[in-house]
Amino acid sequence: MARSIPRSFVLGLAAGAAVAAFAYACQTTGSHGALDGDVASRVYVAPGEHDEFYAFLSGGFNGQVSVYGLPSGRLLKIIPVFSQNPENGWGYSEETKPMLETSFGFVPWDDAHHPQLSQTDGVPDGRWLFINANNTPRIARISLATFETEEIIEIPQSAGNHASPFITENSEYVVAATRFSVPVPQRDISIADYKAAFKGTITFIRANEPGKMDIAFQLLVPGYDYDLASAGKGPSHGWAFFTSYNTEQANTLLEINASQNDKDFIAAVNWKRAEECVAQGRGRQVAVSYVHNHIGEDRVARSERKSGVRVLEPADCDGMIYFLPTPKSPHGVDVDPSGEYIVAGGKLATVIPVHSFSKMLAAIEAKAFEGEADGIPVLRYDAIIAGEVQNPGLGPLHTQFDGNGYAYTSAFLSSEIVKWKVGTWEVVDRIPTYYSIGHLMIPGGDSRKPWGRYVIALNKITKDRYLPTGPELVHAAQLIDITGERMKLLLDFPTMGEPHYAQALPAELVVPRSVRVFDIQKNTHPYATRSEADARVERVGNTVHVYMTAIRSHFTPDNIEGIRVGDTVKFHITNLEQDWDIPHGFAAMGVENAELLIMPGETRTLTWVPKQPGVYPFYCTDFCSALHQEMQGYVRVSPAGANVPLTSNAPGQVRVAAGGGR
Amino acid sequence: MTVQWLPGRPPSGRAAPDGAPPAALGPPAGAGDAADGRPPARAGAVVAGDARVMSATTRIGVAAAALALLAALVLPLWRIELEAPQYPEGLGMEIRVNTITGVKPNDLQNINNLNHYIGMKAIAPEDFPELGVMPWIVVGLSIMGLVVAVLGRRRLLYAWVAVLMLLALAGLADFYRWAYDYGHNLDHERAIIKIPGMSYQPPLIGSKQLLNFRAHSWPGAGGWIAIAAGALAALAAARELILARRLRGAAKEAG
Repeated sequence: MARSIPRSFVLGLAAGAAVAAFAYACQTTGSHGALDGDVASRVYVAPGEHDEFYAFLSGGFNGQVSVYGLPSGRLLKIIPVFSQNPENGWGYSEETKPMLETSFGFVPWDDAHHPQLSQTDGVPDGRWLFINANNTPRIARISLATFETEEIIEIPQSAGNHASPFITENSEYVVAATRFSVPVPQRDISIADYKAAFKGTITFIRANEPGKMDIAFQLLVPGYDYDLASAGKGPSHGWAFFTSYNTEQANTLLEINASQNDKDFIAAVNWKRAEECVAQGRGRQVAVSYVHNHIGEDRVARSERKSGVRVLEPADCDGMIYFLPTPKSPHGVDVDPSGEYIVAGGKLATVIPVHSFSKMLAAIEAKAFEGEADGIPVLRYDAIIAGEVQNPGLGPLHTQFDGNGYAYTSAFLSSEIVKWKVGTWEVVDRIPTYYSIGHLMIPGGDSRKPWGRYVIALNKITKDRYLPTGPELVHAAQLIDITGERMKLLLDFPTMGEPHYAQALPAELVVPRSVRVFDIQKNTHPYATRSEADARVERVGNTVHVYMTAIRSHFTPDNIEGIRVGDTVKFHITNLEQDWDIPHGFAAMGVENAELLIMPGETRTLTWVPKQPGVYPFYCTDFCSALHQEMQGYVRVSPAGANVPLTSNAPGQVRVAAGGGR
Repeated sequence: MTVQWLPGRPPSGRAAPDGAPPAALGPPAGAGDAADGRPPARAGAVVAGDARVMSATTRIGVAAAALALLAALVLPLWRIELEAPQYPEGLGMEIRVNTITGVKPNDLQNINNLNHYIGMKAIAPEDFPELGVMPWIVVGLSIMGLVVAVLGRRRLLYAWVAVLMLLALAGLADFYRWAYDYGHNLDHERAIIKIPGMSYQPPLIGSKQLLNFRAHSWPGAGGWIAIAAGALAALAAARELILARRLRGAAKEAG
């Protein structure tokens, strides 16, 4: 058959194939698609070696934070924040349940979007990580010594806490602005009253004292959707910028109704001015109630009701807020490392508008206003614009900076990162992402001093990047080298939940803080058992407290009798270990609860209400030692009213007290 | 390279190479400064050196050794390190003059916890009465050394060095005895891991495999300094023995 094909045709095919192959080779050996030889070594971290950077990726709808090492893309930890985590008992143990309390009650889940590292002088300092809860407005503070959530504050008079927590230069404040305007104060009114009664709020939360996060003041602003934010830095320190969309104030079918205006606004808030007005007693104290949860020195969380917020309206405080007109429903707003340029991601715009902070100040001085919106001066676009990046890709969302004069903007629709030069606004490079990038992140890329070696693309759509896993796929991230003139794809790695924004910083800023064990001598937990000799059982009315210790490879006590149906059993388990990486776990059959993971030196409490008589085994769930399988025990449950005395084989004396239980 | 721990003895009948003072100006007997115990520069000169008195160099050496001993008060004498795959960060204990501690804050507790598997007694500093007296012994030895240096009597030096060596040997023997006791007298009733014939005595010095742990036993910083001080003291004694013999020899020659 081949013989019948004219030779010239075959040659033509071959030539065509060669051309195609050449063209393909040119395309794929360029900086973009393919990986040349040294790429693997760029992300290879040898066994036993450590990564250079910690990266903190929000978990989105899993309500958690994932910790990765860069450049390897290895997952190091998932930190439970707003969502219960049965794996270690977060939100199930008595010590951690109060962390998920809100003014609405116990909320076991949230949608966590934007991690923010604490900063000193505008540079990440490695103390804490903050992250917002979008659904039930909250902000959490995570310690980078323990990698645990230590504090959560609820934001009153808010909804859709999306423009959050975007920190100020010295961690003075984290911010919270409403993506969903709501009736303020909340009340039962018709949704059709949106324009009249729905408001947005912009809240400043004190952030630089652990355990003392507090609502400093709240701005009452027009009922738009406030989307993202960025604090000023350097010369613009003292200001914060918030994008808004739906300046049309639609309350239905926003995809059409909120896309009508040619320009929406960036709200420029002079928070130092707001501080002055608050100090002068302007605005009003509003009696709203919110919740502040905090883990104390004893490692027990307590939930505290707070009330009263200082609310400022624009009319209360002249010079506090201005609107910067910005094309087409802007999404991200990012201030460059110099503090001069405010970059907006107009997601429906054909350009990236860049406002100038100094021009903004001059325009305010010159009163270059084009009007007012709900009493807020709107500056003239031409008076504040520094430049527009042309052909920035379709659907520009977010911008990061490398500290070397370049900006990198994610473009969702064209699924790429676009590199452009700050000042000349010219696009110098672009690289595809897989697929539909949302946020992007350069370590320190939102700070005054970026560590501009890599950018990570945090993508929304995965499709064919990995082996298929049914309809639900992980999200994909790409690590891209930005040290050269052209961006270069290094690594593709799966992520947990749906990362929105992320943060990263050099490992050496975190490693020295890392805690290995909790000092058992400093364990002030009210139900701690600091030595085996104190292990015991106690009955207080219908509550049985088991003061149990765990150390390789036994629990004390490991035989308990005298519990009756109708009792509430509280296992207070203290891990007596003082050795690195020796947690013990605890689980008992039929307990309608999660397990506990107890870190060395720590006490954790699991509550159990047994319903059926029987003998219930319990055991250590975290392989701790060669005799781990022997680390087990039994609890006997007798029928209600049985007269089996409360006993255990622990050295401590059994105590029985009447009373209502604790 | 020659170690200049003894003054050079010139060949008989020749001038000392370093132009030593004439023997006529030789040291007065019993003076603290024994002219560094230099032997006669010229053959046949009369030497009036006192065989009972130490040279100035030796006395400085003795004082230095005596003071160096005090380092043992603050620095660990001995260090036992345990090496196992699960302890990349290290695990070890230090024997100090007055206590036994972990190398890191919780190491001793962790060693004891691991030792419960083999039925070893918990190592607790309060179980060692020696730790109550050792600081005083060290201080006493140091004071004695300083007294020897000040008085400059050779016989005192010999006595001091002898006491030093005897106590050092006694200390090592005691250490060995404890290590033997902990390594052999196991609670077989409660031991979880029982291996017939297996003992867990760490070596006095050197390394040894004990189940999954490799134990390394070596002097600590204080121990090394004490060893150096002992060596210096012994050297001082040897030097004085030689000098004294020379003086006696020279006296005999002169006589």
